[in-house]
Amino acid sequence: MRYTPHTPADQERMLRAIGIASVSELFQHIPQSLRERAKINLPDGMTELAVRRRLAALAVENVNAADWSFFLGGGIYNHFIPSAVDAMISRSEFATSYTPYQPEVSQGTLQALFEYQTLICQLTGMEVSNAAVYDGASAAAEAVLMARRIQPASRRRVLISRALHPQYRAVIATYLKNLVDIRLEEIPFDGTGGTDLDVLNERIGDQSMCVLVGYPNFFGVIEDLGQIKSACARVGAQLVSVTTEPLALALLKPPGDFAVDIAVGEGQSLGVPMSLGGPAFGFFTCQKQFVRNMPGRLVGATVDSEGRRGFVLTLATREQHIRREKATSNICTSQTLCALAATVYMSLLGKSGIRRIAEINLARAHDAKLQLIGQGKLSAVFSGPFFNEFVLRGEDLPQYISRCGGEKIIPGVPLDQWYPELRDCLLTCVTEMNEREEIDRLVRTIAG
Amino acid sequence: MSEPSRDKKPSQVAEPKLLFESSSAGRSAVVWPAEETGAEEALPAALLRDDIAGFPELGELEVLRHFTRLSQRNFAIESQFYPLGSCTMKYNPKVNEVVARLPGFAQIHPLTDADLLQGALALLYHLEKMLAEISGMEQVSLQPSAGAQGELTGLMLIRACLADRGDPRQKIIVPDTAHGTNPASSTLCGYDVIQISSNARGVIDSAAVAEVMDPSVAAIMITNPNTLGLFETNIEAIAELVHDRGGMVYLDGANLNALMGIAKPGHMGVDVLHLNLHKTFSTPHGGGGPGAGPVAVNAQLRDYLPVPRVIKNGVRFELSEDAPKSVGRVRSYFGNFGVLVRAYTYILSLGGDGLEEVSRMALLNANYIRRQLETSYQIAYDEPCMHECIFTDRIQHRNGVSTLDIAKRLLDYGYHPPTIYFPLVVSGALMIEPTETETPETLDGFIEAMRAIAQEAKSDPELVKQAPHSTPVRRLDEARAARKPLLRWGPDAPSGD
Repeated sequence: MRYTPHTPADQERMLRAIGIASVSELFQHIPQSLRERAKINLPDGMTELAVRRRLAALAVENVNAADWSFFLGGGIYNHFIPSAVDAMISRSEFATSYTPYQPEVSQGTLQALFEYQTLICQLTGMEVSNAAVYDGASAAAEAVLMARRIQPASRRRVLISRALHPQYRAVIATYLKNLVDIRLEEIPFDGTGGTDLDVLNERIGDQSMCVLVGYPNFFGVIEDLGQIKSACARVGAQLVSVTTEPLALALLKPPGDFAVDIAVGEGQSLGVPMSLGGPAFGFFTCQKQFVRNMPGRLVGATVDSEGRRGFVLTLATREQHIRREKATSNICTSQTLCALAATVYMSLLGKSGIRRIAEINLARAHDAKLQLIGQGKLSAVFSGPFFNEFVLRGEDLPQYISRCGGEKIIPGVPLDQWYPELRDCLLTCVTEMNEREEIDRLVRTIAG
Repeated sequence: MSEPSRDKKPSQVAEPKLLFESSSAGRSAVVWPAEETGAEEALPAALLRDDIAGFPELGELEVLRHFTRLSQRNFAIESQFYPLGSCTMKYNPKVNEVVARLPGFAQIHPLTDADLLQGALALLYHLEKMLAEISGMEQVSLQPSAGAQGELTGLMLIRACLADRGDPRQKIIVPDTAHGTNPASSTLCGYDVIQISSNARGVIDSAAVAEVMDPSVAAIMITNPNTLGLFETNIEAIAELVHDRGGMVYLDGANLNALMGIAKPGHMGVDVLHLNLHKTFSTPHGGGGPGAGPVAVNAQLRDYLPVPRVIKNGVRFELSEDAPKSVGRVRSYFGNFGVLVRAYTYILSLGGDGLEEVSRMALLNANYIRRQLETSYQIAYDEPCMHECIFTDRIQHRNGVSTLDIAKRLLDYGYHPPTIYFPLVVSGALMIEPTETETPETLDGFIEAMRAIAQEAKSDPELVKQAPHSTPVRRLDEARAARKPLLRWGPDAPSGD
């Protein structure tokens, strides 16, 4: 393929206008030592047909949710996406535009992001949302950095629940490694699968900067945000909630109801394909008083010179392109197209639809857990309330997984790769994509 | 060329309402079959919320019409020439979109066993190798989500490597022409920033580096070609100097579109660079993401790359966390996989020879515009340009017309403006990057519009200063937006009528 439209006659005309004889003259000022070794040793280009065949051949080497039954969660969820979502984000006016620096010709993207910010505020019960960041993990890391800007230097201890997504904890550790004032401490989970409140209460103190917990957490368990907020409020630490399954917030009391200071999470559940975990977007919200410490893009409403409503990027003096080394973050993007997908998705579901789908997730997951335990081969590991994911233990787990594989079922994610103490444990997720019949098949297959 | 109308087109007059202003109680576009649910039985009532107050209630057609109308209020590559400097707004091929939506790429889960993801892992493995070849580096990590995260990752590698040598350092040298992300990423990595000035020819002198390159400096971050569109001709000498004094060289690869097949960063003495797949490798910008910002390193930094890594064991691809010196994870899962699929498709489509043609035509287009406009606008640096060229508003300023006015007037002519007021070292900068996918006819139309505006700036400066006249909204009150931030719709927000 070639996407360069220049004919030989075009090139000749342009070279003449420039006043040179060949394209190579345009880079004669680059040192010869570099030019002579620059050839790219890759095969020649392919036709579109050949490329599509090559890629299709790679795609079939992956097990996908259209052909197999997935009971996989752990931060990325298999949810139904109405056709209208892809139709909208495929419009080239959205897909092939840039960050809306010229607001007069970017009102489409800007208004959609303003609507996105509003929808996320409504869903989380928080006062302010930015226009999204890379993913849930970087959102969690950015939340800690934001707490560091808000809290005095005497508070630099960060308490992180061990029941927070392990990859998020890893990313937070990477982001903070070079900021030597910060101390990260893990708080264990207890038999409920939630953060151990006794340990939290014991460890939290006047040096604590913030506390991070999942809501629901990595085990699918709904943390007691009320109790955790009380512990934080008692000593003046900030509470950061991290949600990997935002559909849960259509049903659960949202973080804002517990006066959470910063509520972040992964938005993939809201109308974005799983796509091996990216691209999707991280949502990032906070209480209004902290808005000037936020990272990322913000869209605000204003008026034009004729008094009409319009939208612009605002509070940009927080950002890297203005503030450079003093910026609140280095982020320069907002995963806009994925945030747009979520905006269309939430608009289509609406108030009743989003609750209905959340209820179906909850009901089928609870039903599946009961049935799976009822077979006697698996047992529940945690006692805490859950939304659409739960942890089961079974001594012959590898055998069950392999038996499921034969039936084109992936029954969940083994947890021992992150939690040695959870050997033989499986994190199983049930969504509206798992029909009742499919759940029955999972139960039968594990029963053997 | 006739002057564009000052009148509104009827279709642009109606102001779209917000989603929340069009709701009717009980309406929804999604129907789910009846089934027993009963949230109250599964969970204690105290955990449950009420319906989400203010959430929209619309039918499917209304939703589609809403967003279709919004889309019509955007400029985009497929409808307008978009010569936004440093952003590489090239054509985003459709085949990339088709491929990324195959179920075997779009509907796969990152926590699936590696045995069931062999196609995806093969793609990641081969894409790493391709990017290493194009950039002349040893190894690549595809994990960073965007250029800025790639910068942060690259600096972390440098930091970890220097710490291992027992020579931790505190500072990063950043030229005054750098993208704002460079100093911001340095701070985030725990470094202090030393800014150096480029010389009268717009490039960095070895002498300027030598002056600040002491044992406290960990690295220099260089963009090449730099944001003035100029090749940093001293880069090899600078790299040698920095290395001799124990530092490293970071290359901001945002402008790689100028270099493919012309010069490889790996041969310039670069230790680590990031690549913006949403620029050089044609993945759509999406109105501000998602992108992808892989990092490429030389041999000495290889051990520090993020985990997990894709390795090949016989014919099988595996994931390895076995890298004791690794800086760790910089994001969840495998990065922006869907973006990586598109970039891989693009590279396969063009091949090595096609990529070389990309850079050659990008240079040809930029130099053509430069030559055609140099009599109407002041050129910032009279040096041969690479893939973009920088003008200033100096001539127009005599009549009180600024870069912002020129940019806004271009909207009336149907062109997206260049990047303006960047880089900061050029007063009133207009940074034009046409990319290789535009025909000379398109460039001629743009050139004609720019010349017409230069003429208007003399004959009718007010016309230019009041622009735009024909866009859906006119100049927006940004000061008001920042003074009283209104960041969400609410019952108290001003109405759309």
